[in-house]
Amino acid sequence: MEAVLTDAQLVARCRAGDDDAWRELVDRFSRYVYAIVVQAFRLPEHDAEDVFQEVFTRAYENLHKLRDDDAIRPWLAQLTRRLCIDTLRAGSRMQPGDEPVEEPVDVDDTIADIDEALSVHEALATLPGHCQEILDRFFARDESYRLIGEALDLPPGTIASRISRCLVKLRTHMEGRNPPSGASGD
Amino acid sequence: MYDEETLSELLRTLPAPPQAWVRAAQEIPLARRGLDEIVERAEADQAFRAALIADLESALEAEGYEHDEALVEALRDRFSAT
Repeated sequence: MEAVLTDAQLVARCRAGDDDAWRELVDRFSRYVYAIVVQAFRLPEHDAEDVFQEVFTRAYENLHKLRDDDAIRPWLAQLTRRLCIDTLRAGSRMQPGDEPVEEPVDVDDTIADIDEALSVHEALATLPGHCQEILDRFFARDESYRLIGEALDLPPGTIASRISRCLVKLRTHMEGRNPPSGASGD
Repeated sequence: MYDEETLSELLRTLPAPPQAWVRAAQEIPLARRGLDEIVERAEADQAFRAALIADLESALEAEGYEHDEALVEALRDRFSAT
């Protein structure tokens, strides 16, 4: 199995100008940034895309300012949060009235859930490839058994049992890693 | 402790963003090195576009661009997609 770089190693390689590392960094955190934008702040599609691109553009430009390379995740979360608020404020200036813009009330809880979900995705990345593929297709991409069976050349009757076995592997990995409650990801 | 149901929910929490968004973010370093400028010029200048399609690396070299494998690959992807 290919060794997975730590966040700090990945950031260091990006800072050294490694394009492949940058692609990997975007790949690793794209779901995270996207989830904050569309789930925590519920921005509409066109604003969400602008914020998503701006987050990665600013991250690329300011990576040298990151003091602790291991802190890339909370740094991206903070950056995303700030840009979402800026977008909401800019939108409110276009509207009549002068109501102050506030974050959604449940934003902290939602981001905590997203943090935990990213930890699960990181654990998923350490499982065998066939487990990564089938769990991602079924849960994250919401593909049907039929579609998964066609894509992976598996009989539909074996898919449920394979998903179940892979979930057990994922659970074993997560339990050996850290407790679910109180994990801030920071 | 994590049970399978919790893990299933957490896996569902992070859907993938549109692929085009991810690709654009991944190409930020290339954009800084001229990718967008070359693509825009190829769209406006048919002769330049034809030269790029005929021999990408030679056309870039003729225009004074330094050899950059990642940039060449990204341009190949762009032109093969159109």
